[in-house]
Amino acid sequence: MIAEAGLAALWLAAAVALLQLVLAGVALRGGQAEVLAAVRPVAVTGGVLALLAFLCLVAVFVRSDMSVLLVVENSHSAKPLLYRISGVWGNHEGSMLLWVTVLGLAGAAIARIEHRLDERPLVATLGAQGAIALGFFAFLLFASNPFARVAQPPANGLGLNPLLQDPGLAFHPPTLYLGYVGLSVAFSFAVGALVTRDVGPAFARAMRPWVLGAWIFLTLGITAGSYWAYYELGWGGWWFWDPVENASLMPWLAATALLHSVTVLATRDGLRAWTVMLAVVAFSMSMIGTFLVRSGILTSVHAFAVDPSRGTFILALLALYIGGALALFALRIGTVKTGTTFELLSREGGLVLNNLLLSVILGVVLIGTLYPIVASAFGVQLSVGPPFFDKAAGPIALALVVALAAGPLVRWRRDRWDALAGRLLVPVAATGLALGAVVLFAPFKSVLSSAGLVLAAGLAVASVAPLWGRNLARTPLFTWGMVIAHLGVAVSLFGMAADAAFTRETLIAARPGEQVGVGPFRVTFDGLKPAMGPNWSALEGRFTVQRGDAAPFVLRPQQRFFAQPPTTTSEASIATLWDGQLYAVLGNADAGGRWQVRLWWKPFVTCIWAGGALIALGGALSLLGRIRRARLRHEEAWA
Amino acid sequence: MKRWLIWLPFIAFAAVLWLVAAELTRPADRTVRSRLVGQALPGFSLPAAVPGKPGLDARAFRIGEPRLLNIFASWCVPCAAEAPQLAALARAGVPIDAIAIRDKPEDVARFLARYGDPFRAIGADQTSAVQLALGSSGVPETFVIDGQGRIVEQHIGDLRAEDVARLTALVKGAR
Amino acid sequence: MRAWLLPLAALTLVAATSPARYANTQLADPAKEAEAQALMVTLRCLVCQGQSIADSDADMAADMRALVRQRIARGERAGDVRDWLIARYGEYVSYDPPLTALTAPLWLAPIALLVVGLIVARASFRRRRS
Repeated sequence: MIAEAGLAALWLAAAVALLQLVLAGVALRGGQAEVLAAVRPVAVTGGVLALLAFLCLVAVFVRSDMSVLLVVENSHSAKPLLYRISGVWGNHEGSMLLWVTVLGLAGAAIARIEHRLDERPLVATLGAQGAIALGFFAFLLFASNPFARVAQPPANGLGLNPLLQDPGLAFHPPTLYLGYVGLSVAFSFAVGALVTRDVGPAFARAMRPWVLGAWIFLTLGITAGSYWAYYELGWGGWWFWDPVENASLMPWLAATALLHSVTVLATRDGLRAWTVMLAVVAFSMSMIGTFLVRSGILTSVHAFAVDPSRGTFILALLALYIGGALALFALRIGTVKTGTTFELLSREGGLVLNNLLLSVILGVVLIGTLYPIVASAFGVQLSVGPPFFDKAAGPIALALVVALAAGPLVRWRRDRWDALAGRLLVPVAATGLALGAVVLFAPFKSVLSSAGLVLAAGLAVASVAPLWGRNLARTPLFTWGMVIAHLGVAVSLFGMAADAAFTRETLIAARPGEQVGVGPFRVTFDGLKPAMGPNWSALEGRFTVQRGDAAPFVLRPQQRFFAQPPTTTSEASIATLWDGQLYAVLGNADAGGRWQVRLWWKPFVTCIWAGGALIALGGALSLLGRIRRARLRHEEAWA
Repeated sequence: MKRWLIWLPFIAFAAVLWLVAAELTRPADRTVRSRLVGQALPGFSLPAAVPGKPGLDARAFRIGEPRLLNIFASWCVPCAAEAPQLAALARAGVPIDAIAIRDKPEDVARFLARYGDPFRAIGADQTSAVQLALGSSGVPETFVIDGQGRIVEQHIGDLRAEDVARLTALVKGAR
Repeated sequence: MRAWLLPLAALTLVAATSPARYANTQLADPAKEAEAQALMVTLRCLVCQGQSIADSDADMAADMRALVRQRIARGERAGDVRDWLIARYGEYVSYDPPLTALTAPLWLAPIALLVVGLIVARASFRRRRS
């Protein structure tokens, strides 16, 4: 019964989305005030219905209802509760339902809380939201019904891919989806603004919290995904320039650019057309990403259920929404008045440079990701991987870091070169010191890693410079947010460069009792023993690690065997120390009884993800600051 | 800005869409083929994979007798599936030599006892070194070699019934 | 400590044959090992779903690692080893696409995008009064 209730809720939600679209259309074509007023409650109803459908699916998974096909294919009653719940979105149908649920809730939220924007652009925005939701509801109902039943319920399910049975999975995809949905809201605002020809600071202010929120979740999602791949794949890498990774990076790059351009539009009424374009691009990147991941047209190391027929459906939606929005843009943007133009040396100028470089990186990643398809159209099999992206995007990213260090120190409207040089004195001095230290002490691995170390130091100093000489207690929250986010970039960059420059690797075939060294550590292979988990058994290696005279500690990497479905995975054991991580992997044994052991000492590698977390925290503070200020203004207006 | 420039994003998007749609409707062939087809077999010398059967040397392919070179392994399921086809080829008088990849003598012997032995010589390639030198990326694969030791064709995957006549003709026709 | 030692032969984990020398162990010379490692991360595992041979558990990737390390140890240059593999498997085997007529647009993309971006960005700035 629960499954049928869920399906019914899904159909109703789809009908309501259609109603939302039609009402918005009628209202904008000169309908009566009542029609205009009806759009908001309809949007709220749609959100509630979608949530209801999603909760039904969660209930079906939690109860391990084996009469539902999706549960049979992706769950098992012996799984821990957390993985039974995360199994809901660990598959295609469930994750699409989660997507539309969040979309519906976002629409409801706009309808409930957005009161600053004029009613017409708002209704147009909700209409666009309804159109997007409608497409995805159709996708669910006609091509991927999550509530389909099986005629003969089996005794138990097939289980979930063991690689996905991890706390990382419980949070990683939903986080990215929240980000994608946030970008769809920004897209709807852009479409609403184009339809009503109302592109200005009010539109930017309404859109900004959604962009910021989406960006926070994308940042968290990518950071968590990177760490997850790092410890699950067991080769010590944290970014592979894999198509699936690029698919999550591209929306983030677009959102980062949008975040900065929307600020220019909100404060200086400039970059009007550009901001609208970026909002469309950001959402199209999240849809292209979804398409690349689901259609399987590019091979990826990351496990995903791939289905070309579903790819076709997503492609059709992509063509409809993005093609439509770009055509609308081309037709309408000529009638939108050009915004303010800027002085070259100004904060706005810096932000334009930021947008330029971010967009170029985005373009390079997109072209690099799609180029194997271009080549295959010419009958050539081609691989585009880390060497290309490092060479093509790396230098631009470093230029962006320089712009990012200097940008916040430039004044709005107009600045003087000599004044800016004075403000940059200390960061430049810090960069110089770092350069000396790197030349003297760091091993030279590549230009990118050495330049990364140097620029990270300079950026760290420059990013806190906007706080100097200010009353910290009275500094607005969003300034703190900017400082912390930029500091996070420096921390993350330092982690990446340190990992590239200082990592020590030891690969050996060892018998129990043998001792090896890696970096400053002496590692003793004590032996092996069996271990048991809730739905797996394992062989666990035991390694005692000693650094100098410090107290020894133990690493326990495993070879894990899952029965449902039968799979072997290797579980890395990672010791986190203040100055880095020691990473151990147990491989197979050879005929002579020697075990393959992989050990890495990765100094400061944790900074990569700590920096990511800082970036997200900065975003959160900024969002909080904006909301607080908006509320203050709102209260003043009514006082 | 010029009028048509405004349509540039739309055109770029349409191009990307067309590209991926084409790829989706007609997925590209993802098998990795050897670039050595049409060229001479690289030199190698492999020890015997099973007792009582000779190993394999690349020079043996240059004595004017065209033949097949089958890459297989006892741990490979499709290799067992193509055994009847190899047997049919051997019955038709096609000489077949083989290379066993990452295999143990006792496993190869058990495999031959169970699925038949159409091979004249089997070389043991413990570390895929010869496989890599041939540009082969998996098991089973079958190379057609002409009398001068030149690779005429590479067949990737297990041989099907319909391949037997074609390969027989190809070997008989090669000089 | 008794539990630590198991009869290893009973375990299914023991591979059928021992992997090639240097498949999973490093070269003694750190400079050569670094050169081999730098090459391995740019070579594609042919039987995997988009992994480099340095990051793959596949047997064939292990044998390719062995090949790379042995050839580097013999004094071959990394570029020659890459070319040797490309001569057998085509450009697909290298994650670093060589510059050809087909890949020229790919490698020129960053510069082309920068130029287009600068032209677009110019519209945002005030014209200098001359």
